[in-house]
Amino acid sequence: MTAPASTSPTGAPDGDGGASAAPAGRTTLGHTGSPASRVLGALALGSVALLVMYGLVWSPPDAEMADSVRLMYIHVPAASFLYTGCFITTVASAMWLRRRTPGWDALAGASAEIALLFAAITLGTGSLWGRPTWGTYWTWDARLTSTALLTALLVGYLALRRLDVDPTARSTRAAVLGLLLVPNVIIVNRSVEWWRSLHQRSTLVKLDPTIEGQMLVALMVGFLAVGLVFTWLLVHRFRVAWLEYQSERLDLDLALAERRAEAGHPREAVEAARSSDRRHHGVADTRRPGGTPA
Amino acid sequence: MWRDAALVAGRDLRVELRSRVTTNQVAPFSVLVLILFAFALDPDRQLLERLASGLYWTAVLFAALLAISRSAAIDETDGVRDALRLSGIDPAGVFVGKAAAVAVVLLGLEVLLGIGVVVLYGVDLAGAGLVVLAALAATVAVAATGTLYGALVSGLRVRETLLPLLLLPVLAPVLIGATRAFEAALAGVPADGWAWCGLLAGLAVLYAVAGALAYGTLLEGS
Repeated sequence: MTAPASTSPTGAPDGDGGASAAPAGRTTLGHTGSPASRVLGALALGSVALLVMYGLVWSPPDAEMADSVRLMYIHVPAASFLYTGCFITTVASAMWLRRRTPGWDALAGASAEIALLFAAITLGTGSLWGRPTWGTYWTWDARLTSTALLTALLVGYLALRRLDVDPTARSTRAAVLGLLLVPNVIIVNRSVEWWRSLHQRSTLVKLDPTIEGQMLVALMVGFLAVGLVFTWLLVHRFRVAWLEYQSERLDLDLALAERRAEAGHPREAVEAARSSDRRHHGVADTRRPGGTPA
Repeated sequence: MWRDAALVAGRDLRVELRSRVTTNQVAPFSVLVLILFAFALDPDRQLLERLASGLYWTAVLFAALLAISRSAAIDETDGVRDALRLSGIDPAGVFVGKAAAVAVVLLGLEVLLGIGVVVLYGVDLAGAGLVVLAALAATVAVAATGTLYGALVSGLRVRETLLPLLLLPVLAPVLIGATRAFEAALAGVPADGWAWCGLLAGLAVLYAVAGALAYGTLLEGS
């Protein structure tokens, strides 16, 4: 059994496989950055700069909403990627339940964390926009209410993940919870929508102007920038989670070996544990090429 | 599966009956919640009567949290979980049995709270058919969801605090549906309420199926 060359145990869809290509020290497990993710980061930064220019300078103010329309160039993409994040979490949870490989668990957790960040951005920009437009920070509109509940679902999911219990048990529970995330989001969304529409016919002015020209371009740039930032964050959060997993396993095995070594053959036992750990848990061999093979 | 379910439900209800926690603690607590609502809202009979459906179901949810937490706690001690796995009982049967036991406890609490609402808030009962069916569907939905989420947090040190955080957002649609159905029934326009009753029934079936499918994984994986 040989160790895979990549730190992605599942060939997870994080864009590039050669995660820890950079040479590292003996005890280093790997990096969260790679040439590909650096290019991605640069692209994300560039597109954010472009969004700043388009959103704040080049696009005209709206006829009705004036300058507050500029918040929409972040708000709408952030909301879309919030749902994307939830979707990835559910798919990754389902894959974990099928395959039981730690990468899918890491991906589910990483994606949920970033989805929560985007939920906060969505709610924050939405309230700021609502104040001048509707005259209030919050209203019991269907979308607002279901987004708030979705945020609560994500907070609960992450609270369960953060518990300090046996990793496998935690992964199983998190996966079942993650699997229920998107169905719950849909149920909550539909029922809240239904509740508001039956109870109180649209309290809000229907704001659905046809977007065109520079404003449409600005929104598209917003989708691009937010999408790149989302992907970049996801790649890095996934790698951090993966390294955490590796270090947990490695630390435990090393500690075991050291305790055993106290009884007998010190160096060999620790070395054996290191190498067997690499073979069993698929840690990428990050030693310099030319170092002795494990 | 149904025989296993009956066994597990019987065990849970016997434990509940003998420990008397539900009758001595959960039931008085739920009535206390109704009284607290009256303090918070000023004992204005008209206001209380208008809000009675929502307050009633909020009180039911609070009581349900306690009942579900109790139901999850039964399996935590004395290696019950391992015994269940070794006994060869179908995990889906365990789930159905536990959910059924929770549902029975909840129905008892709902009757008590119903009497409380009539006496304390001066609600005039109307639309009995819709009220009973909506309550049944909501109870099954709460019991099924609660049993599934109870298994998710069972055995954890933070069970009591984590369960409400996980469960309440998921139960929001049940609260909405049950409240609207009750409002429609009490206002004498049951036609508006049947759609909500349908939603509740749909949720009950959905969560019961999800729980029956997932329970085996949860029982194994901890």
